[in-house]
Amino acid sequence: MLFGLIALHAAAGLVVLVGARRLGRWGFVVGGTAPLAAALVALASAGAVLDGRSTTQRAGWVPQLGLTLDLRLDAFALLMVALVSGIGTLVFAYAWHYFAGSAYAGRAAGLLTLFAGSMLGVVLADNLLVLYGFWELTSITSYLLIGLHDDDRDARDGALHALLVTGLGGLAMLGGFVLLGHAAGTLQLSALLADPPSGGVVPVALVLVLLGAFTKSAQYPFHSWLPRAMVAPTPISAYLHSAAMVKAGVYLVARFAPAFADVGPWRPLVVGVGLVTMVAGGLRALRPFDLKQLLAFGTISQLGFLVVLFGLGRPEATAAACALLLAHALFKAALFMVVGIVDHAAHTRDLRRLPLLGAGWRATRAVALVSAASMAAIPPLAGFVAKEKAYAALVHGDATDRAILAVLVVGSMLTVAYSARFAAALWRPDLLVVPSEPRTTLDAGPRHGILAPALVLASATALLGLWPATWSRLVDGAANSLDPAAHAHLELWHGFNATLALSAITLAGGALIFALRRPVSALQARLAPRRSGVDAYDASVRGVLRGAGWVTSVVQSGSLPVYAGIILATAALAPLLAMVSGAWWPGWPDAIGRAGQIPAAGMLVAGATAATVATRRFAAALLLGVVGYGMALLFVVQGAPDLALTQFAVETLSVVVFLLVLRRLPDRFERESQPLLGRAARLAVSALVGVWVAVGAIAFSGARTAAPVSEEMVARSLPEGYGENVVNVILVDIRGLDTMGEITVLVAAGIGIAALARAGRPPRPRPERRSIREHREEVGA
Amino acid sequence: MNLLLVVTAAFLCACGTYLVLSRHLSRVIIGIGLLGHGVNVLLVLSGGDGGRPAFVGGDGGPVADPLPQALVLTAIVITFGVIAFLLALAYRSWRVTGNDEVEDDVEDRRIAREAHQGEPEAST
Repeated sequence: MLFGLIALHAAAGLVVLVGARRLGRWGFVVGGTAPLAAALVALASAGAVLDGRSTTQRAGWVPQLGLTLDLRLDAFALLMVALVSGIGTLVFAYAWHYFAGSAYAGRAAGLLTLFAGSMLGVVLADNLLVLYGFWELTSITSYLLIGLHDDDRDARDGALHALLVTGLGGLAMLGGFVLLGHAAGTLQLSALLADPPSGGVVPVALVLVLLGAFTKSAQYPFHSWLPRAMVAPTPISAYLHSAAMVKAGVYLVARFAPAFADVGPWRPLVVGVGLVTMVAGGLRALRPFDLKQLLAFGTISQLGFLVVLFGLGRPEATAAACALLLAHALFKAALFMVVGIVDHAAHTRDLRRLPLLGAGWRATRAVALVSAASMAAIPPLAGFVAKEKAYAALVHGDATDRAILAVLVVGSMLTVAYSARFAAALWRPDLLVVPSEPRTTLDAGPRHGILAPALVLASATALLGLWPATWSRLVDGAANSLDPAAHAHLELWHGFNATLALSAITLAGGALIFALRRPVSALQARLAPRRSGVDAYDASVRGVLRGAGWVTSVVQSGSLPVYAGIILATAALAPLLAMVSGAWWPGWPDAIGRAGQIPAAGMLVAGATAATVATRRFAAALLLGVVGYGMALLFVVQGAPDLALTQFAVETLSVVVFLLVLRRLPDRFERESQPLLGRAARLAVSALVGVWVAVGAIAFSGARTAAPVSEEMVARSLPEGYGENVVNVILVDIRGLDTMGEITVLVAAGIGIAALARAGRPPRPRPERRSIREHREEVGA
Repeated sequence: MNLLLVVTAAFLCACGTYLVLSRHLSRVIIGIGLLGHGVNVLLVLSGGDGGRPAFVGGDGGPVADPLPQALVLTAIVITFGVIAFLLALAYRSWRVTGNDEVEDDVEDRRIAREAHQGEPEAST
């Protein structure tokens, strides 16, 4: 069933992509069936799952390597499926309206469906490598979705930024997974978390895994891709960048925290990064004029909040985080949808140009107000219930807890302030900025039906706040499946206590920040760092490109002699250096073996010397033939008549081929133009190779311990190969396939030679470089 | 194993290397031929000091190791194939450029120049 759901997403997504042009925005109807089915399945199995009976499905993939496709639906996964598929279905409905008349509708629908399937895979996977696979699929589909308008440079750059950051984080995470899997002896997530490994590599592995989580969930200092990804059409932002993809990192922290929070670097790292992200993101959200940017930094801030709560790895905090996870997805997706609706109608989402919204916008503004109020944790909404829970988790703790709580309160004040800013943008934009030209008034409301999904979300926000019992069980089950000690009982009213006081302080502080918005923003403009995260990213990309250029210029000189020299010198030097240590010297061998070897060796050395120093091409080729015949002589002496015959025939043929080609080329070797590799370097490399060959020959022959395999070959030659000539039997019988390959090589070479010889243009005679024949013809004439 | 053949093999390989590092394709080809011969001497060496041809039967005295011989046979033929192919390349080079000199890759030199000027290509 779980496999079927993912397969349904894949199939629907591919169908929509293939028929993108024809389907247009109907693609959202076809593709939307997949998340709808997933949501319905989740709803149907909710009862059993919340009772603690998780559904597990597995299929062998490479069972020999312990790779199994495990999927598991426990209560926390159920909560995530509610976000991914439940909100996903609403986003599809919203996109159906949003993309009306857009040429990109079909492609967006197909990619969004594939993304929904990948995200479903991330939250259902019960195997680390399967999780990683789906994780990367979400990165890739999100890359394609952010860059949907592929003719827009900003979209392409933003998409690449997101892909590089999340992709590199994903690679680090894979490294962490491999280390963890190795330490635990299993790649199964549930088994790993039930019995967490310990030891030296575990902290390293966790830091790597956290890198993946931080980049995906846009935590500082990796956050800058998320605001940049806002170039994507708003339904995509609503889905990927509030409800689904950015929650993947939070999901990972949530899964791992109960098991690993006590391991060395976890708490300082996770809580520190989360707190910084929450406050810095909140501060940044007070500045942009673009409403989507405001929401993007607000999302970063809220993700930081979630990372802190889950990262603590404590039962009460985990339970609170589960509630906040759901509340955040509800209000943030609705807010994004509202921005998209306004953007569509007003053709701007810039605070300085935003029109005043008239009578037709009452419902839209109500949705925005309820959702923003939930974001600010104003009672009696879902956000308030969740935040009360978060404060309650920390208020009775030790000094560290109180310090964390203080930062959370500050971050929440900022949240209140930017929530107020968002609400003001739709109700009284002149409160925020008075434009030079008076604002127009937009009376005609949004297109019919486009508000419905956001209305559903806002109603849920209100309902869940007023009646916490509706989702108390879901949050309780989810927290409980993460940490058996975690229990949640959500209530709207806890009585007058410290938590309520903190909430009141938060609201008052946020209101104060909003009231003082002009001095605050002046101060922020003064103190803002001159270089943004995007600048840092751009600088690092430029640095990588410059480094790549430098490396290329060093290692890729473009000169064949240099390449060959480096290869040969390395081949000689590396083993020689390895032989510096170790007792390998077998002692000097005899000076001379058989007497017959002396004339053969003399012929070889003399021929080779002459061929090397020859200045005429013909002479060099003929001298190579001399060396070949010397080889034949040596083979005769060594007792290898087959070799001698072959060598003799091949050498004769070689000389003929040489002469056929060389007659076209000038008689003498010309001086070489700009030799990058000087004569001294060539001599040094040659000497090095010679030394290596000599030393290697002595060392390897001395290292021989086993009896030669050829003794058995001699013994089996006649009885099994039916041949008396052992060399022949080896070639055609024992190594028959090898000989077959050799023949193939020769045939391929022959075909290549024929093609090279026949192809091409007619020769271009040049006055300064004439062939010998031309020269002769000229002289003869 | 004897020093004479060890030195011969090393000398052939050194001469071959020197020629391979040349810019003239015909010299490179001759160098590859020499390297091939040098390696074949090494292979023969690995079979010991030789002996009677490796035929089954006969007087039963020590025979030469047949396995290196089989390897050398393969090597001779493959080296021939390589040399013939390279000669065809040299011929083609002459047809196109009028000589057999292997020139530096223009594109590589351009990249190196740009890297030194510190102007990497645009990222997209």
